[in-house]
Amino acid sequence: MIPVGFAYERPDAVEGALELLAEHGEDATVLAGGHSLLPVMKLRLGTPELIIDIGRLSELSYVRVEGDEVAIGAGTRHHAVETSDVVAAEVPLLAAVARTVGDPQVRHRGTLGGSLAHADPASDLPAAVLALGGTVVLRSLRGDRYVPITAFYTGVFSSVREPDELVVEVRVPRTGGAGWAYEKFTRRANDWAIVGVAVVDGRVGLVNMGSTPLRASATEAALAEGASIVDAAMLADRDTDPPADVAGTKEYRRHLARVFARRALTTAIVA
Amino acid sequence: MKIEMTVNGEATAADVEPRLLLAHYLRDVIGLKATNIGCDTTSCGACTVLLDGESVKSCTLLAVQADAQSVVTMEGLSPDPGSLHPVAAAFRAEHGLQCGFCTPGMVMAAVGLLRENPTPTEREVREGLEGNLCRCTGYHNIVRAVLLASGQDPDTARPGAAGDGLVAPGFSVGSA
Repeated sequence: MIPVGFAYERPDAVEGALELLAEHGEDATVLAGGHSLLPVMKLRLGTPELIIDIGRLSELSYVRVEGDEVAIGAGTRHHAVETSDVVAAEVPLLAAVARTVGDPQVRHRGTLGGSLAHADPASDLPAAVLALGGTVVLRSLRGDRYVPITAFYTGVFSSVREPDELVVEVRVPRTGGAGWAYEKFTRRANDWAIVGVAVVDGRVGLVNMGSTPLRASATEAALAEGASIVDAAMLADRDTDPPADVAGTKEYRRHLARVFARRALTTAIVA
Repeated sequence: MKIEMTVNGEATAADVEPRLLLAHYLRDVIGLKATNIGCDTTSCGACTVLLDGESVKSCTLLAVQADAQSVVTMEGLSPDPGSLHPVAAAFRAEHGLQCGFCTPGMVMAAVGLLRENPTPTEREVREGLEGNLCRCTGYHNIVRAVLLASGQDPDTARPGAAGDGLVAPGFSVGSA
């Protein structure tokens, strides 16, 4: 399968990428690892006129502790996240979730910023960052915007990112020794999650239970009020609107969300 | 767009369309046919090559993304036909292939895996090769081959994390 032709630019600095985005806006698509974008282009479901390749911008690849947060460059590849000593110590949930993305070859290419910007509700990392209560840093020639992940997503494959903005950083709170767990249910190895549940420090993020990654707010509130794990997990699908597809019905996904919330909470809180 | 790429230690260059996939560059532009295209959807791993030492699926990279970088394919592993690369030799010794279509990708993925984890457990081999499919389902001997290539005895290699009980059925030999 061969993509439709396109123009290709590989700026050698973030500044150059921002200038290209400011000039071309809607007609441009950013390429980082390309493991969500290129399959779409090969199927000709996506036909960008201009590809701006930021995959080699080393200035976007870093992990560093800044105060009570860990700042991760948007171009940091999943493999680097899963093997980072800093992530393992400060945000172990994120390392564990990165390790469940795709396969080793995919993780050598895919990036944290790309996964978040792609805004696929079936992706693992957006729900993990949501459970962590992270922040997405958007940059354009107009300046920087710090958008809480809770306000970042607007629907399937869409976010508040403007056409001239680039995701440059993801910031997550240091959770250290707080209990965490990620439960992901797939029909086949390497598939997208039919449902996934990320838990850290009493917060619960849901994969593929709506048009965006969601927090299981009712479950979190029940836990905060002292409910048992079993009772709180029974609320995990409240206010969700999961998709129905070949992998499962809405009701099946609601059931999975409750079961996997119970398991993840049990691991995070009891273990 | 003009690109330059080191492939198997040799400099290559071509003027390519940006949409040209790395797999097609390797097979059609410079004529190295060991890299197979199987599913063409990032699933099967038959097109796996090393890009600057890391395993990647060349059906899901543009050739321009590999501009000025270094690629190693199956052809580059054993340039001297009289002396096979240790991973290729181990696949031969353990008969780690049936039809052979997945083999170049399996071998390249294994080389990448062993570079990151020189003495993997059986479970780590299986997880490390999760991006490669063998439709003959010949995984048993492939895993043995990778263990052998890592200098371990496949018959006695550690199954995985202590006590995790996740030994694949039928893998272990002897009384177990």
